Amino acid sequence: MATDVETRIDTKLNVGAKIPFKWVIPFIVIGAILPFFLGGYATFQGTLIMIYAIAILGLNLLTGFNGQFSLGHSAFYAIGAYTAAILVYHLDWPVYAAIPIGGVVCFVAGFLFGLPALRLEGLYLALATFALGVSIPQILKSSHLEGLTGGVQGLDVFRPKVPAFLVENFGLTMDQWWYLIAFVVMLLMFWIAWNLINSRTGRAMMAIRDNPIAARSMGVNASLYKSLTFGVSAFYTGIAGAIAAIVIEFVAPDSFTFQLSILLFIGMVVGGTGSIWGAVFGGFFILTVPNFAEEISTGLSYAIFGIILILVIYVMPSGFAGLVNLLRVRIKNML
Amino acid sequence: MDLFLQQLLTGLANGAIYACLALAVVMIYQAIDHFNFAQGEMAMFSTYICWAMIAGGVPYWIAFFATIIISFVGGLAIERIIFKPLHNAPVLSHIVVFIGLVAIFNSFAGAIWDHNIKTFPSPFPDGSFGGLIGLHEVGMFFVTLLLLLAIFCFFRFTRVGMAMQAAAANPDSAGLVGIRVGWMLALGWGLAAAIGAVAGMMIAPIVFLEPNMMLGILLYGFAAAIVGGISSPGGAVAGGFLVGIIENMAGTYIPAIGSELKLTVALILIVTVLLFKPNGLFGKTIVTRV
Repeated sequence: MATDVETRIDTKLNVGAKIPFKWVIPFIVIGAILPFFLGGYATFQGTLIMIYAIAILGLNLLTGFNGQFSLGHSAFYAIGAYTAAILVYHLDWPVYAAIPIGGVVCFVAGFLFGLPALRLEGLYLALATFALGVSIPQILKSSHLEGLTGGVQGLDVFRPKVPAFLVENFGLTMDQWWYLIAFVVMLLMFWIAWNLINSRTGRAMMAIRDNPIAARSMGVNASLYKSLTFGVSAFYTGIAGAIAAIVIEFVAPDSFTFQLSILLFIGMVVGGTGSIWGAVFGGFFILTVPNFAEEISTGLSYAIFGIILILVIYVMPSGFAGLVNLLRVRIKNML
Repeated sequence: MDLFLQQLLTGLANGAIYACLALAVVMIYQAIDHFNFAQGEMAMFSTYICWAMIAGGVPYWIAFFATIIISFVGGLAIERIIFKPLHNAPVLSHIVVFIGLVAIFNSFAGAIWDHNIKTFPSPFPDGSFGGLIGLHEVGMFFVTLLLLLAIFCFFRFTRVGMAMQAAAANPDSAGLVGIRVGWMLALGWGLAAAIGAVAGMMIAPIVFLEPNMMLGILLYGFAAAIVGGISSPGGAVAGGFLVGIIENMAGTYIPAIGSELKLTVALILIVTVLLFKPNGLFGKTIVTRV
């Protein structure tokens, strides 16, 4: 019963996996000029939203398109962030080079974790990834690695100055500069994800999600694709973590607790499981709503967040992307 | 040898806590066919209700049974009010609602009864068994076993128990033979909340009462349930004891681990178990068809 309802919603969302191109140009234009109208703090928040969007998209590739459940993406976020921070802090690497390396290290970590995870499905995979998410802060704090990770204290990362010609010609501030970097990276990552999903590989990923046995008998190498998807998903989240480390200029084990995994998961579902652009809304939701709840009542902020969550699921059970699709279909039918 | 025995018994005592909660987890899994992440917070809230009654002068056992009944009704109400309208939503959306419930219970418990740590009375006499294990732990061990027996009998020998299993396993066919699937779900929620309440009231004298008391324990409870095999209540209890013992032994005997990485090691061991027995130690192997 539950399953056929699910597949119906999922196929509807697969239509949402195609990015509506006529909206892309306005989105890029508005996104690019926004930091010049917002204040410094709002620009910084916008940067964080885009970072979360990248991480959520990574989780979505794994869960929404490949059907593998993960409660451990905070671990990949942390690995990306720490890789970037260690490269910059200990080895004096340029920050721009540290970001892709953070992603690549995560790809390897994700692929390797994906191999044993192949044997696990559903709940069992959730527990295994959960174990990963819970252990990472402990491992980072561990006294054996203190020299590298800075233990509980964490590491400071300093951003280089904004390139001089941009400051002279456009008066670009640090926040605006990093907003634009995150924006470009996000667009790039979305474009890659879109191509991936609409390729042979993407179809194989979705076939494994919908019916693993049938996919295997059609000649899809399920083990390879599942591990690779794990790697790619970790890559996305790692890139997000690396940018976050540099933008916030600080990494510490307690920023990457299990709660972060939960937040990313919420962002994915609220944005729309199996929707690429829904991730932006998901990022917006998980950054703004907890702050909003805090503003209403400090003591009961969690309760308000919980109530908002439940109401949101009532209004859009298949996420924001699902709601938009539904409205699109309704409007089309009316005209 | 003394140290070994000591650690074994401490492990068993911790294991009893995990087993108790794992039992509640398995119970709701049998009834609704997925994990309830809000289980721990529901149990914590029930325990607070019992604490408030005892603080108001109600004798322990009356408060104990009243709390079980209140929790049962509360669980029933949550299913009817919150989950019934979301019946057709995807499973992942249900999980988000669970997370919302966790936040709500946690926050309200803090707001109503404040965040100070409270002591919770034990129904069992003080003292210890040969200086090795407290009498409360021994009592809790037997309560867990009693609960297990009751659940086993309920699912095996009563019509309602059978109907609940049927409703969870195959809702369509269960509906066709005249089982009211919706109410079976609600009943499952009620029972799970009641068992959770018992677990909470047994655990609270050891870990003390505060809004976050269940956070760490529930994780172990889940782990125990999965290691034991999610489809088997007996397995969940065994899994609970196993997790408790592994965690303590690893912390004591492997010096590089210490108390720092205890949790990590326990979880890694669990994942290793799952790699060789993907359905848990005592779980049924599920055969899927195209």
